[in-house]
Amino acid sequence: MNKPRKTAQETQAIVAQSLRRRYWAERRFRAYGLTAIVAALTFLVYLFFVIFSNGMGAFRQTQVRVDVFYDPAFIDPAGTRRTEDLQAADYQALIRASLKKKFPDVEGRAATRELTKLVSSSAAFSLQKQVVADPTLIGKTDTEWLLASDAVDLLTKGHIDRALPEAERPLSDQQLAWVDKLRGEGALALKFNKTFLSNGDSREPENAGILGAVVGSFLTLLLTLLWSFPIGVASAVYLEEFARKNRWTDIIEVNINNLAAVPSIVFGLLGLAVFIGFFGLPRSAPLVGAMVLTLLTLPTIIIASRAALKAVPPSIREAALGMGASKIQMVTHHVLPLAMPGMLTGTIIGMARALGESAPLLMIGMVAFIVDIPKGVTDASTVLPVQIYLWSDSPERGFVEKTSGAIIVLLAFLVVMNTTAVILRKRFERRW
Amino acid sequence: MTPAALLLALALLSVGAFWIGKSRSLALVGGTRGVRNLHSLPSHYGVMTAMWCALPALLVIFAWVAFQDAIILRLVTDHLPAGVRSLPANELSLVINDVRNLVAGNVPAANVSEAVRGAASEYLQLRGISRMALTVLVMVMAVGAIIFVRARITPELRARNRVEVVVEWLLIGCSTIAVFTTIGIVASVAFEAVRFFQHINVFSFLFGTSWSPQMAIRADQVGSSGSFGAVPLFAGTALISFIAMVIAVPIGLYSAIYLAEYAQPKFRTWAKPLLEVLAGVPTVVYGFFAALTVGPALRGWGAHLGLAVASESALAAGLVMGIMIIPFVSSLADDMISAVPQALRDGAYALGATRSETVKQVVLRAALPGIVGGVLLAVSRAIGETMIVAMAAGLAANLTANPLKAVTTVTVQIVNLVQGDQEFDSPKTLALFALGLVLFLVTLALNVLALHVVRKFREQYE
Repeated sequence: MNKPRKTAQETQAIVAQSLRRRYWAERRFRAYGLTAIVAALTFLVYLFFVIFSNGMGAFRQTQVRVDVFYDPAFIDPAGTRRTEDLQAADYQALIRASLKKKFPDVEGRAATRELTKLVSSSAAFSLQKQVVADPTLIGKTDTEWLLASDAVDLLTKGHIDRALPEAERPLSDQQLAWVDKLRGEGALALKFNKTFLSNGDSREPENAGILGAVVGSFLTLLLTLLWSFPIGVASAVYLEEFARKNRWTDIIEVNINNLAAVPSIVFGLLGLAVFIGFFGLPRSAPLVGAMVLTLLTLPTIIIASRAALKAVPPSIREAALGMGASKIQMVTHHVLPLAMPGMLTGTIIGMARALGESAPLLMIGMVAFIVDIPKGVTDASTVLPVQIYLWSDSPERGFVEKTSGAIIVLLAFLVVMNTTAVILRKRFERRW
Repeated sequence: MTPAALLLALALLSVGAFWIGKSRSLALVGGTRGVRNLHSLPSHYGVMTAMWCALPALLVIFAWVAFQDAIILRLVTDHLPAGVRSLPANELSLVINDVRNLVAGNVPAANVSEAVRGAASEYLQLRGISRMALTVLVMVMAVGAIIFVRARITPELRARNRVEVVVEWLLIGCSTIAVFTTIGIVASVAFEAVRFFQHINVFSFLFGTSWSPQMAIRADQVGSSGSFGAVPLFAGTALISFIAMVIAVPIGLYSAIYLAEYAQPKFRTWAKPLLEVLAGVPTVVYGFFAALTVGPALRGWGAHLGLAVASESALAAGLVMGIMIIPFVSSLADDMISAVPQALRDGAYALGATRSETVKQVVLRAALPGIVGGVLLAVSRAIGETMIVAMAAGLAANLTANPLKAVTTVTVQIVNLVQGDQEFDSPKTLALFALGLVLFLVTLALNVLALHVVRKFREQYE
C-alpha cells in the first residue's frame, strides 16, 4: 500500500528543484512589501506636491502701480478734513480717474467700467484708510500699488488660457491688452500677499484671508487645552493610581477605549443636541466647539497619560510611601512630575488632532460665512479646517489657490505641534 | 457681574482664602516654630479653606448659568402679547429667535416688531436681575465659607485628610466624564431619533430604497412629502468603505509585514513615522485632494477608455479614503505581528521554511485574530469618516454597486441635513439624528467586537 520510500538523494533533488521557485516566491513577497511602502509614501509625496504647487501662489498677489492724484474735489470738496467726511468720500472715483489718466484713450461708461474692474473693489478702502490716517495726502499725487482684481491675479499667475474665446474668459480682449500694457511698463507685479494673512473671509478671492479662521482655531484650541488637559490627567491618575479593579472601573475603561473610536461627527451631534439644543449656548461659537473637541480629545489624552503613568517604576511610589507621604502626595510630588513629559506629548498630539478636526464643528454651525475676526469665545467664528472646506466649495477659480494656501498654513501648524511633541519625547524620555 | 467676571472674582477670593487658612493655622500654633503641633501642613489648611470657598460657589454658578437662559425665556414668552403667544409652535420659535438676536445685538432694533422689542428689553432686565442675584449669592457663599472654615481651624483638625478626600472625589468625577459622554451621546441622539420615528416608520427608514429628504414648507407645494428610505445611504457607505478597504488592507498589511520582518532598523526608523504622517494629515485635506485632483483625473482616464465616470464618483472618494486608512491598518498589524513570539518563527526556520513561508504560514496565522481586529477598527473608521466623502462624494442617493457612479453616504447626508433649514422639529432635521444613531450603533458594534478580539489575542501571548 505504502508508496515506496524516497531515498535521501531523491528528496534532495525534489527540494533542490523547488528551491528556485521558493526563492523566487521569497523575492516576490519581499518586493510586494517594499512596493506597498513605496506606494503609500508616493501618495504622500504626491499629495504634498499637489497642495504646495497649488497653494504657494496664495502667498503672493498681483498689484497694479497707479499714480493716484488725491483730488480734493472728490475727497473733501468742502475742505472740512473731518474724519467722517473723509470716510464718506467716493474713492472708487479716485481710482477711476487715475486709471483713465493712464489710459487716456478709454472712452464711454462701459469701457471705463471694464478698466476699473482690473483693480479690486477693496482698493478704494485701502486708499480711504491711507487718507484718513494722513489727511495731508489730499491734493498730492502719490504712487500707489493697488490690489489687482481676482481675474488679473489669475492671469498673472498663468491660470487663464488666452487662447480661449473671449466669452469663456473672465477677461475681455480689451482688458488683456490693458494688462499687457501695464506689465510692459512694469506697473504690474506679484508681491507678498499680506491680505491673505491679515483678512477675514470674503466672497472675493483677492480679499479673502485666513486670519479669522486662525483666530477662531486658536480660541477653540485654547479652551480645549484648558479643559481637556486637567480632566484627562485627573482621569488617568484616578484610573492608574487610585481605582480598585472592579466593575465600575472596568466600565470606565471600556468606555474610554470605545469613545476613542467613535466617529467624530457623532460628537458633533451630541454638541448640537445637548450644548446648543438643551443648554441654549450660542451656535458657531468657539466655546461650544471647544466643549465638543474636549470630549473628542479626552480619550486620546487619557490613554496617553495612563501609558506615561505606567512607565513610572513602582519603586518610586514605594519609596515615597515609605517616607510617610500620603497617596496624593506621592502622586503630586513624585509620580506626576516624572510622567509629565509623556502626558504633555500625548496632549499635544491630541491637540493636533483637534486642530485638524472639522466634521463635529460643522454640526454645531461653525461653518457660517464670517467676515469679522472673532473677539471672544462666544462670537460666531470658524476654524481653519472648516474654512478650507468652505473655500473648496466655492466656484471661483481663485479660491483653489486660497484653499491650498490655507492647507499649507494648517499643515505648518501641525508640523510645529508634532515636532514639539517629538522633541519633548526625545528630550525627556527616561529609561528606568 | 457677567459669569466670566464672577469666575474671576471667585478665583481671587479663593487665593485670598488660601492665605487666610494658611496664616490662621500658623497663628494658632504661634508661627512657623510651632508648626510641628499642627496635624497637617499649613498649606493644607489653606487649600481646605479655598476649596470650601470655591467649590460650592462654582457648582451654583454652573447650575445657574445652565438654566438661567431657559427660565428667563419661559418668563418672557409668557409675557408676550396673547396674539403672539397663540401662534403655532414653529412661528413662536421664530419670534423667540428674534428676541435672542436682538438681545445679542445681531439685528438692529428697528427691524423687529414692537412685541419683540418689548420682550427683548424684558429679557435684558430679567437677565440683569438674575446676574445680580447670582453675584450676591455667590459672594455670600464664598465669604461665608471662609469665615466658617477659619473659625473651625484647630491644630488637631485633619486638614490633609479632608483635602485628599475631596481631591479623590474630584479625580473620580473627572474619570466619569467619559461615561457621561457615552450616556449623553446615546440619550440625546436616541431621544431625537425617537421623535423622528414618530413621523416616519422605523421599517420604512431602515428598508426603504428612496431617499429624498426635501420637505415642502407649505402643504400645497409639489413633492410635499419627503421620503426617508435610507438603504441607498447604507449601500453607498458600504461601497465607499469597501473600496477604501480594498486599497488599505493589502497596502497596509504588506507595509506592516515588510517593516516588521524584513526592513533594516534604519529603514524602519524613518519609514514608520513617514507612514504615520498619512494619518496625521487632516481629513479635510484629503477631501480637497480627492475633489480637486483624483476625481477629475479618474474622469479623464474614464473618458479615454470610453467609460462614463461621474465627477463625484464613489471610486475617487474610496481611493483617497483608502490612502488615509493605510497607516491605521499598518500600525495595528505591525503591533500584532511584533507580538507573535520569536519562538514560533525560529521553529519555522528550523524546519527549513524561507522567510516568506514563515510569515505566510506561521506569523500571519498566529497574528490573524489581531489583524482582523485591526481591520474591523479601520472599517469603523471608514464608515464614520465624514470630510472626504462630504467633499468628494455626491449628494445623489443612487442605489448602485457601480463604483464609477456617484453615491452618497450616511455622514454626507448628516452634514447636508444640518446645513439645511434650522427648524428643529421637522422630520428633515430629526432625520440626521436617526442617521447618527445608526452610525453610532454600527461603529460601536464594530469597535466592541474589534477591541474584544484584539484583547483576546494579546492575552494569548502575554
